[in-house]
Amino acid sequence: MIPAAFEYARAGSVQEAASLLQKHGEDAKVLAGGHSLIPLMRLRLAQPSALIDINGLKELDYIHVEGGRLRLGALTRHVTIQHSAEVRQNLPLLADIASEVGDNQVRNMGTIGGVFAHADSAGDYPTLALMLDAEVVTDRRRIPAREFFQDLFTTPLEADELVCEVSFPVAPGSHRYIKFRRRLFDWAIVGAGAQQVDGGWRVGLTNCGPTPVRCTAVERALSEGASVADAAERAADGLSPSGDLRASPEYKKHLATVLVRRAVEQAQTG
Amino acid sequence: MKHRIAVTVNGKEREAEVEPRLLLVHFLRDNLGLTGTHIGCDTSQCGACTIHLDGKAVKSCTLFAVQAQGHELKTIEGLAAPDGELHPIQQAFWDEHGLQCGYCTPGFIMAAAYLLDQNPSPSEDDIKKGLEGNLCRCTGYVNIIKAVQTASRTMSGAAQAQPAASGA
Repeated sequence: MIPAAFEYARAGSVQEAASLLQKHGEDAKVLAGGHSLIPLMRLRLAQPSALIDINGLKELDYIHVEGGRLRLGALTRHVTIQHSAEVRQNLPLLADIASEVGDNQVRNMGTIGGVFAHADSAGDYPTLALMLDAEVVTDRRRIPAREFFQDLFTTPLEADELVCEVSFPVAPGSHRYIKFRRRLFDWAIVGAGAQQVDGGWRVGLTNCGPTPVRCTAVERALSEGASVADAAERAADGLSPSGDLRASPEYKKHLATVLVRRAVEQAQTG
Repeated sequence: MKHRIAVTVNGKEREAEVEPRLLLVHFLRDNLGLTGTHIGCDTSQCGACTIHLDGKAVKSCTLFAVQAQGHELKTIEGLAAPDGELHPIQQAFWDEHGLQCGYCTPGFIMAAAYLLDQNPSPSEDDIKKGLEGNLCRCTGYVNIIKAVQTASRTMSGAAQAQPAASGA
């Protein structure tokens, strides 16, 4: 289908992007990789009045490691994250997750900043961000991941605020992310991540609620010496996923316990 | 408001005035008449519209034509030699019968060209993973994989047969 008409402007700098967003009002949207936004526009589920194209902002396309943080510019594309030696070395789980986003064509366009700004509950990076207490850096503030994902597609971003960076703590320990889906390029029906940090475990779930979920009950049980199988049973604690075409809430809760167990077990065995 | 864009398509400079909402695939098909790039879905899933943007495979249904400003595009029409000799991947799809109805074929070939550019000798699993963004609804995947394997062999053979001058 053909998207509804909109105004289009290219931003030459972060500042210009913010002023263009201001000028075009709250129905304007940022165009980064466009691989969530354009499909929604084609179905006319999104009808922004204007698109501010930030693809020319090369200063937002970077991967830096410094002071124990892995910092990724908002315009860093999945394909770059997937193949980055810095990411492999400092946060290998992020590279694993990047390699499973969509397909080659999607990874060549889609950006990490776009995933955060869009805040789809089926997005994979947000789960890791929540597990590791990552920060979203905008053109005016730093927002911890636990405050960033407020609800389905809902973040504290102002209408004229631009995501500039996502900053993760370096975490090279044992890790695993399992994306359960029927076809390779699909979104996760349920995703589960496990990452060892300072001798403990961080565990999270994707697509089990309106926002990513951190499994603190599982983390606590593991730290208290429970077996992985027993700890993983706690993954469904307090979980209230909505059903969708692919899975009922009950099935998602079942998947959560099974996938968390597998993720921790497979992280342990490498 | 229309925007003027200048793009290179299959080596040729093209200019046009386009509405921002014009999808790149519609620009290629309707404005430039390059109908080899197909539209198979409305949901960015099928990959029939795959082209190369600065050498990277992308789905041209999920970009606006205005985003192509200043970039280099290659479509299925740009793959064969000017004298009509098929590209080794096209020849391999022909030889291995890597198609049934042919609708998905241009997208598969462009995705395969990107795959072989990134990884000239892919394993069967690499090929399956590399073509995950393309759907064939005639269930012709077995021969498509064979075609990519054949193309990989032809292309690496051709690369070895070339004099060493370029590699020196």
